[in-house]
Amino acid sequence: MIRAENLTKYYSDLCAVDHINLDIKKGEIVGFLGPNGAGKTTTMRMLTGFLKPTSGSIRIMGHDIEENQLEIKRRLGYLPESAPLYHEMLAYDYLRYASDIGSLKGGEKSKRINELAGLCGIRDVMHKTIDELSKGYKQRVGLAHAMINDPEILILDEPTSGLDPNQIVEIREIIKEIGREKTVLLSTHILSEAEATCDRVIIIDKGKIALDAEIDKLKQSIGNEYIINITLKNAVLEDVEREFHSVEWIAGINVSHEDNGVLRIGVACRSPEDMRGDLYMMIKNREWTLLEFQKESRSLEKIFMELTREN
Amino acid sequence: MRQAYYIFKREFSSYFVSPIAYIVITVFLLVTGWFFFSTFFAYNQANLRNFFNLLPYVFSFIVPAVTMKLFSEELNIGTYEILLTMPVTFGDVIIGKFAASLVLITTMLAPTLSYPLFISILGDLDWGPVLGGYIGSILLGAAYSAIGLFASSLTRNQIIAFIIGVALCFGMAILDQMLFFLPGVVVGLFQYLAADFHFQNISKGIIDSRDILYFLSISFTGLYASNLVMQGRR
Repeated sequence: MIRAENLTKYYSDLCAVDHINLDIKKGEIVGFLGPNGAGKTTTMRMLTGFLKPTSGSIRIMGHDIEENQLEIKRRLGYLPESAPLYHEMLAYDYLRYASDIGSLKGGEKSKRINELAGLCGIRDVMHKTIDELSKGYKQRVGLAHAMINDPEILILDEPTSGLDPNQIVEIREIIKEIGREKTVLLSTHILSEAEATCDRVIIIDKGKIALDAEIDKLKQSIGNEYIINITLKNAVLEDVEREFHSVEWIAGINVSHEDNGVLRIGVACRSPEDMRGDLYMMIKNREWTLLEFQKESRSLEKIFMELTREN
Repeated sequence: MRQAYYIFKREFSSYFVSPIAYIVITVFLLVTGWFFFSTFFAYNQANLRNFFNLLPYVFSFIVPAVTMKLFSEELNIGTYEILLTMPVTFGDVIIGKFAASLVLITTMLAPTLSYPLFISILGDLDWGPVLGGYIGSILLGAAYSAIGLFASSLTRNQIIAFIIGVALCFGMAILDQMLFFLPGVVVGLFQYLAADFHFQNISKGIIDSRDILYFLSISFTGLYASNLVMQGRR
C-alpha cells in the first residue's frame, strides 16, 4: 500500500530524513516510533504529499505521489500532529465541509458524518464550536475528519498526545477498530501504545530506520534474551567465568560489582526456555552462597533506548 | 473547481462568523462616506468622481485587511496542513480564497450604490462614469486581493501580511503621482504600472481593454506568485 524508496528530506542544510525505505502492506497497523526530532512527522508529511521529498520516491496504492496526488489524497486520511482545526466552526460544519471537499455524494455525506460521530464518540459535541471543545474531543473531531472519505490508508501523527489515560484507551480502541479493515500508520513516543495497538513497529532515529520488526516476532526475540542478575558470596571470579563459559545458553557474563568476595554478575541468557532452575543448580553444586537472584527481561523500552541512545 | 467553491464558501462565511467583515465594512463606509460627502456639497456637482478618486487609496488599506488572514492564519494554527492534505489542488485553494476576498469587497461596495441613487434625486447624474467606476472598483479589488493574498502566503503573522499588502497596494496607487521624479524615458512604463492611472481611466466611463487587461494581469501575477510560494513551502 505504501512504498517509499530512498526517501530523503533536507531542511536547507539539516537532514531530517535520510534515505528511508518503507514497505507497508494492506491491513497492517504500523507504529512509527522515535525520539523527538527523529523525523517521524517529516516522513509522514512526505507520505501525505504535504512535503516534497528532496529525493527518493513514494508510491501509494500503486500511484506515484507526484503524478497522482489528487487521487491519493482522496483515498488517504491524515491526522496532523495536535489536530489543528478551524476553531471558529461548529464541529458538524467542519465535518460537513470536509465531506463536501471529499468525493462523497449528497445523501452519503450526512450518513457518513453520523456514522463517524458514533464511532468517534462526538455526537454530543457536534453543535459546539471547535473552540469550546476539550483537547480530547478536538482530537476525535480530527480523527473523524481523517476518516471522512472512508480512506484505505490512515496516517495519524501522535493521535494520543495530550490526552488523559482514559481518552488514550478510547482512542486506541477506535484505532484498533479501524485497523481491522484499513492500513494504519501511526506515530507515537509511547512504547506501550505501539505494543498495544500495532502489528509492526518501525523505530526511526536521526532520520534513519533503526528497527523494523513485527511486534510478535519482537516479543518472541525479547523472550529469548534475558539477563539473570545474581550476587554470590565465597566465589572467585575466575572460577565463575570458567564454570559459565562452557554453558551453551549463556551468552556472556557481566560483572557489575566485586568486593570482599561478593560478586554481582549479570548472566545474559539466550534460550526460549526459562533457565533459572539450571542456573540455580549450577550455583548450588559449586557451594557458592547465593545472596540475590533476579530475572530481568528485555522490554521494548530497553530496545528503544539501546537503539536511540546518543552514540 | 467544485472544491474551490467549498473553500470559497468556508472562507466567506468565516468572515461573517468572526467580526472581520463587519469591522472592515463599517470602516470602509465611514471613511469613504465622510471624505466624499464632506466636500460633496461644496463642489455642488452631481457626480461620484471624488468618491472614485479616493478608492485606490482606501482600498490599499481595506483590501489587505481582508486578505491578511487567508493564508497567515492557516499557517499559524496549522490548518494549512489539513487544507493541503484534503483532495484539493493548489489552484482550488488559491481561487477559493481569492474569490472569498473579492466577493466580500463587492458586498462592501454594495451599500455605496445608495450614493448615486441619492445624488440622482438631487441633480442630473451621468450614469456612464458611475457604471465604469463600479466595474473599475471590482477590477481594482481583484488586483489588490491577489496582491494581498500573495502577501498573506508569505508569512504566518497576519500583521506582517497586512503591512506587506498595504506597502504593495499603496505603492501601486501612488505610482502615477510620483512620475515627475523619474527620467522621461521610463515615465510611460511606470504610468502603465500604476493602478490609479488605469482606475481613473475606467472611472471616467471609458472602458478600454488595455485597462481591463492591466487589472487582470496584476491579479494573475499575484495569484501565480502565491502559487509559487506554496510550491516553495513544500
